[in-house]
Amino acid sequence: MKKLLAMGVIGLFAATANVALANEDAELVVDGQAFVTKLDAPADSPLSEILSGWRFRNDETQELQTDDFENPAMIFAEYGSELWETADGADGKSCADCHGDAAESMKGLRASMPKWHDGKKTLFALEDHINWSREEHQKAKPWKWESQEMLAMTAYIGLQSRGMPVKVKVDGPAADWWKRGEELYYTRVGQLDMSCAHCHENNYGNMIRADHLSQGQINGFPVYRLKWQGMGSIHRRFKGCMDNIRATPFKRGSDEFTALELYLASRGEGLSVETPALRN
Amino acid sequence: MEMTRRDMFALAAGLAAVGLIQMPANASEDAVEAAIKKFAGGMPETGGVEIGAPEIAENGNTVPIEVAAAGATSIMVLAAGNPSPGVGTFHFTEMCAESRASTRIRLAGTQDIVAVAKMADGSTKMARREVKVTIGGCGG
Amino acid sequence: MAKIKPRVKVPKKAKAGEAITIKTLISHPMESGQRKDRKTGKLIPRKIINKFVAKYNGTDVFWMDMEPAVAANPYVEFSVKLTESGTMRFEWTDDDGSVYDIEKKISVA
Repeated sequence: MKKLLAMGVIGLFAATANVALANEDAELVVDGQAFVTKLDAPADSPLSEILSGWRFRNDETQELQTDDFENPAMIFAEYGSELWETADGADGKSCADCHGDAAESMKGLRASMPKWHDGKKTLFALEDHINWSREEHQKAKPWKWESQEMLAMTAYIGLQSRGMPVKVKVDGPAADWWKRGEELYYTRVGQLDMSCAHCHENNYGNMIRADHLSQGQINGFPVYRLKWQGMGSIHRRFKGCMDNIRATPFKRGSDEFTALELYLASRGEGLSVETPALRN
Repeated sequence: MEMTRRDMFALAAGLAAVGLIQMPANASEDAVEAAIKKFAGGMPETGGVEIGAPEIAENGNTVPIEVAAAGATSIMVLAAGNPSPGVGTFHFTEMCAESRASTRIRLAGTQDIVAVAKMADGSTKMARREVKVTIGGCGG
Repeated sequence: MAKIKPRVKVPKKAKAGEAITIKTLISHPMESGQRKDRKTGKLIPRKIINKFVAKYNGTDVFWMDMEPAVAANPYVEFSVKLTESGTMRFEWTDDDGSVYDIEKKISVA
């Protein structure tokens, strides 16, 4: 029985057949700005090359991200820019009141998340950071992880790092989180008994049924997904993956997902931040 | 006699086999024809209309399409395999540089897109183009 | 999206008679009326943008009738040729009767 199941899993993957795939040499350029979507992996990486999810999409999907007007994610970033200027909470302050111009104060933040937070003594995803600041500085109610406001704000803050290389701190107090993330990445879960690695390390570039498997890089999040017809967070995508392999997903904002996010960010170091990207 | 679900299926399959009922693949073809006739006043000849669309759409929820027909005052777009075939109608005036427009549409699965153009002189033309829609896997 | 926001890309300047591309997008869920609420199991009522129109100096230039098969956050692209300077007005009509609009000035030489 075990053997049959294992064969079933192998049978899920197929070499690329009659499918219109991305032009592998395509380079992502948005309004004259070039992005790193492919680079050689460092010696200690489990990957030989690091590839942005953009490279795995077909021509039409790729194109939607090359024009900031045609990329529907940008309307969410624009909404984020309005929220940035809008006073909220008991103290009646806006983000801009303390942080000024996001183009300066938020530059590089997305590229370095998740990050250890000294005050709270925990690993912060960007969403945690935003909610901490809302409670601490604005005396405002935290936003829900997947709310339109949170997605708009993470898209807008992320946009300020667009084009910068992903670089996360994985030593010091973050080291245990990174280790936990790595462990989760290679742990088989769910009825299909698969780990992240089965699809995204051993089989990227292959088809799983009708879908072209990527490396599961997170450098474009939050992303506008054609499937969602809207924006979604990194943790929403993790949850989708776990649902697909018939596992009980962790919660958005859980320690597990934040640890996994740190580990994945480290696997994608050197890729340009593409936030807010567009995927299928 | 009580009909079980299985009996119903067997009966339906049997009737389909002898051509008494049409299977769902063609269920909306009548609706498509009706929509074309209502718009064009009859069945237009094929040709003179361009449909731009991905050969394979990565997700049916958002499929970019473009239609064009030189001299058209309006172009109606139908998705022949959707539960309801209507998508939309573009209207052009003399201030348009071309009778050409793009939008993004929802396709319930692999199917034909139909575009019907109405010209200034009242004549009509149409085109059909298949778009395969990725279903299954993690993107679908 | 908490807010329904129109967005258009129109050149500020154009030569008389030259073809210019207009791109438009509005954040809107285009609720088809065929989707069920996951919690209640009930159909979510239809609420779509059913008409989009572009007017130049008060005259209709281009319009589109929309059905629920138009994807969320509807995108429409078309091209125009203008002979005089003026204002392009874009209007999106919602099923609930609301009209969202935005205007852009174009200088034609």
